[in-house]
Amino acid sequence: MIRVENLTKTFDKFTAVKSISFEVAQGEIFAFLGPNGAGKTTTIKMLTTLLKPTGGSIELDGMNPWTHQKEARQRFGIVFQDPSLDNDQTAYENMELHGVLYHVPRKIRAERIEQLLNTFELWERRDDYVKTFSGGMKRRLEIARGFLHTPKILFLDEPTLGLDPQSRNQLWTHVKNLNQTERTTVFLTTHYMDEADRVAHRIAVMDHGAIVAQGTSAQLKQQTGTDSLEGAFLALTGTSLRDEAANSTDRMRQFAAAWRGGGR
Amino acid sequence: MAAIYILWLRELKRYVRSRVQIVVSLGQPALYLLALGYGFSPVFKKAGAGNYLQFMAPGIVAMTVLFSSVFSGIAMLWDRQFGFLKETLVAPVSRLQIMIGRTLGGATVAMIQGALIVVVCLCAGFRPTGWFAIPASYVFVAMIAIVFAAFGTCIGSVITEMQGFQLVMNFLVMPIFFLSGALYPLRNLPRALTWITHADPLSYGVDGLRGVLIGSWQFGFTLDMVLLAALAAAFLCAGAWLFSRIQL
Repeated sequence: MIRVENLTKTFDKFTAVKSISFEVAQGEIFAFLGPNGAGKTTTIKMLTTLLKPTGGSIELDGMNPWTHQKEARQRFGIVFQDPSLDNDQTAYENMELHGVLYHVPRKIRAERIEQLLNTFELWERRDDYVKTFSGGMKRRLEIARGFLHTPKILFLDEPTLGLDPQSRNQLWTHVKNLNQTERTTVFLTTHYMDEADRVAHRIAVMDHGAIVAQGTSAQLKQQTGTDSLEGAFLALTGTSLRDEAANSTDRMRQFAAAWRGGGR
Repeated sequence: MAAIYILWLRELKRYVRSRVQIVVSLGQPALYLLALGYGFSPVFKKAGAGNYLQFMAPGIVAMTVLFSSVFSGIAMLWDRQFGFLKETLVAPVSRLQIMIGRTLGGATVAMIQGALIVVVCLCAGFRPTGWFAIPASYVFVAMIAIVFAAFGTCIGSVITEMQGFQLVMNFLVMPIFFLSGALYPLRNLPRALTWITHADPLSYGVDGLRGVLIGSWQFGFTLDMVLLAALAAAFLCAGAWLFSRIQL
């Protein structure tokens, strides 16, 4: 379903992704793990047509997403690392807008929106503005939205960041269920090893832009001689801390802080 | 088409739902109208130029439409910041459709704002040459709205930080307004100012509005219309091109 060969991305002099290769089979849940700045998000951006690769090839459902953008986009859904909902519209309107953008026929759209909002326990709140939702509810809505156009592949970029254990647990239950009932291939990144251990069929560990190991959770543990995925992860990527380049949201926060701080 | 419609509808919904914003955004033009309209009125009359409120009201309509339409384009900054822009950029819809939906939505909102300020002007004592002039003037309101909504889209596609917003306000939008003849006649100005005001797209919008509403033309209907249409086409193309180049 996803085939990546020697994928590379270079920004000026910095190589964010160094010639990585992997394959994800149809219906598989594939987890991408790695410390901050390892290149996970850059990889997802290239897979989802947001960033043009410097080198290598990508195949999604047999097609090159860069040359067949519309067809490829129709086939995948994505839940971004940070929110991408319209806060000034209701949950239902957000779903509706997505359905229209993804050419879901009107009748199927209404049925599917109802079904998904029910699954993610948001049907009761369908007419409330998204800005009144908690972090967990927003995340659920985004994932529900990602499934709306019955994508063949769903990309989840750290979908559980900042959620409480209850929400995380529930979210993965839904994702697993939908993976089974709709045979959706799921490509996810996360920092929580227990999640990857629990939901992913196979795992790839990325560090400094390269894939350092891939296989099932058991294989990774065996390979590193550790008894937990966390142990395997640390054995593979070391224990030093990583710096991540500030994104525009961080810069804006700094800007706001500078104004409020009055020259501190 | 459905994509254009749903994005157009989104802009409209956002507008209708932010009632406070509607009042606030009418406040500034209303203040100009009342403070300057009545304040300069005696001087204007003494100079033998007639009623100042009559003269400036079309300019205030142009101002309202200008601000509202440029802002709608710059509102893309918020969509970028709060992430919604990404949702539209990965959708299987051409960037052109997304850009057109957003721009037409912004232009529609600006036209509604224009209609509201016309009512404010009428309440303040403005009287057009005939009642039919009001619907007729809408040709120019629409042109100004499209030109500047597309212009706003260009800017919104280029700037990525909030600091850029102040920059655009101070160095583009305010000069466009002050140098457009909205507040003073463009006749007998110093030569440099004549050049600048003639290069300001809004001058032709203001002239068109003033011509239709109170029968006072400087450039004439044809020139105003042709120039605005050409600018609308140019900005729409530029906006489409810049929008298609957005990377996140």
